[in-house]
Amino acid sequence: MEKERKKKQDDRFRIANREALIGVALAVFNFIWWFAFAYGLGDRTPEDYSYVFGLPSWFFYSCVLGFIIMALLVIFVVKVWFVEVPFDEEDGERT
Amino acid sequence: MNTPVVISLAIFLVLIFAIGFWSSRSLKSATGDSFLQEYFLGGRQLGGFILAMTMIATYGSASSFIGGPGVAYTQGFGWVLLSMSQVATGYFVLMILGKKFAIMARRYKAVTLIDYLKGRYQSKWVVLTAAFSIIVFLFSAMAAQWVGGARLIESLTGLNYTTALFIFAVSVLVYVIIGGFKAVALTDTVQGVVMFGGTLILLIATIMAGGGIDNIMADLTAENPNLVTPYGADGGLSPTYVSSFWILVGVAVVGLPQVTVRAMAYKNSRSMHRALIIGTIVVGFIMLNMHLIGVFARPILPGIEVGDKVMPLIAQEVLPPWLAGIVLAAPMAAIMSTVDSLLLLVSSAVVKDVYLNYIKPDASHTRVKRMSFGVTAILGILVFLMALSPPDLLIWLNLFAFGGLEATFIWPVVLGLYWDGGNKYGALASMVVGIASYIIVDQFFPSLFGMHNVVVPILLSFIAFVSISLLTKSLIQNQSISHDQLERSM
Repeated sequence: MEKERKKKQDDRFRIANREALIGVALAVFNFIWWFAFAYGLGDRTPEDYSYVFGLPSWFFYSCVLGFIIMALLVIFVVKVWFVEVPFDEEDGERT
Repeated sequence: MNTPVVISLAIFLVLIFAIGFWSSRSLKSATGDSFLQEYFLGGRQLGGFILAMTMIATYGSASSFIGGPGVAYTQGFGWVLLSMSQVATGYFVLMILGKKFAIMARRYKAVTLIDYLKGRYQSKWVVLTAAFSIIVFLFSAMAAQWVGGARLIESLTGLNYTTALFIFAVSVLVYVIIGGFKAVALTDTVQGVVMFGGTLILLIATIMAGGGIDNIMADLTAENPNLVTPYGADGGLSPTYVSSFWILVGVAVVGLPQVTVRAMAYKNSRSMHRALIIGTIVVGFIMLNMHLIGVFARPILPGIEVGDKVMPLIAQEVLPPWLAGIVLAAPMAAIMSTVDSLLLLVSSAVVKDVYLNYIKPDASHTRVKRMSFGVTAILGILVFLMALSPPDLLIWLNLFAFGGLEATFIWPVVLGLYWDGGNKYGALASMVVGIASYIIVDQFFPSLFGMHNVVVPILLSFIAFVSISLLTKSLIQNQSISHDQLERSM
């Protein structure tokens, strides 16, 4: 009984740690995407810019598409990898 | 005097009051510990949608609603790029603090960030340092926001500054004092929805007024080609500088007390999951729209000198008056939703963290209740008096508050959660180093290495936390219960 409960506690923290790492990974990915498109496509004279939906392409890919991709990724990650755990202690601290 | 605008604002304020009164009902029956939980945390019952909206309204608005579009107006697309670093805040904060923070906060029965630090580090000095920095910085941040709120009412209604400030102060104080956290969270939600809808309507109207995106882009390029590059109007926004905002408004937000307190208030993991999704989408959407409005406003209304006036002016230019009124409730909403949460946080630092911890731990339930209402009211009045003629020190502290709090709290919170080796000496060192180095960098070495002033102090406080914790490892082993043991003993 005691052992079982301990195991459950550890599981909750293992899940929490994993989800925190996913958060870091998402932020790193987000940053690279944002930076690469902004300064990769934006680093030339404005006359040479191409435009997507009227916006400069660096801005469209970095900020508009980047935002959409991040939103989809967050939805995917949360739906697929995130696990629901109880927050309260087993011995019923609070209802 | 602009009547439709005034009517829309008045309706908005009445709605906010109604929420305050409605929320106060659940406070009446609560006593003692449960009163504190109710008043300062809403009984940890926030659902996903409300959690997402209150988070966004609290950090997203920290001056960005009025100021942000103004800077975007001056700087062009480079500033929109910078502002999009805030998309990360939508998921990062909740994923990092996440489930572990929620579990530990419940275990320590923490109602405030400081309760959590107290439970984690078992140290009076950590608690007092934390309470001190919250009271000083958030109080100033709050006062400066009140000045902004009053100026906005002033410019919209034509009332004089003192009257405008009075209207603003009374509106905020009434619902915060009577309704507590739940009222704050619910009004934040209404305000978040107003911001979301308001920015969308205004963006569409602005694009139409400018004759379509292609037309606006051509005008911008003709005026100054730099406006459409990522480097700012005069080429002064370097990639390093812009990227360093990922620290200030992106990831380090995890250390802001007004944000962490929300991460202990939600009901269950399902609420958290929903908030992650809603939060990311809504914050990105608001940031993108709002700053684009600022840029697109430029060809339509050229030559605005004061950035803060861009939003009110463009709304009145491109929208029919009644709609402009509704949309302009959005910046009002943004300011109010920041102020209300700060007020409650400072009040909780005084009542819960200082008074109940060290002055009168055995205070009776009625007394705690009366103290909570009273301190919130007194703080509100003090802020009002400060905002009447803001001293220079206040302005300076406010500019300082955001980064200062991040440098103080980020590592004690994050490493406290995920590194068992962290101890109270490390936490204290990290807080002191964070704050001291931020003051030094800010005063003597601004834009060190071309980055925002907050970056170096955050690195230094990290080094302080880890090295001092390791050095004092032997000291701590005999004392108090370590995090690890506590975790295992449960």
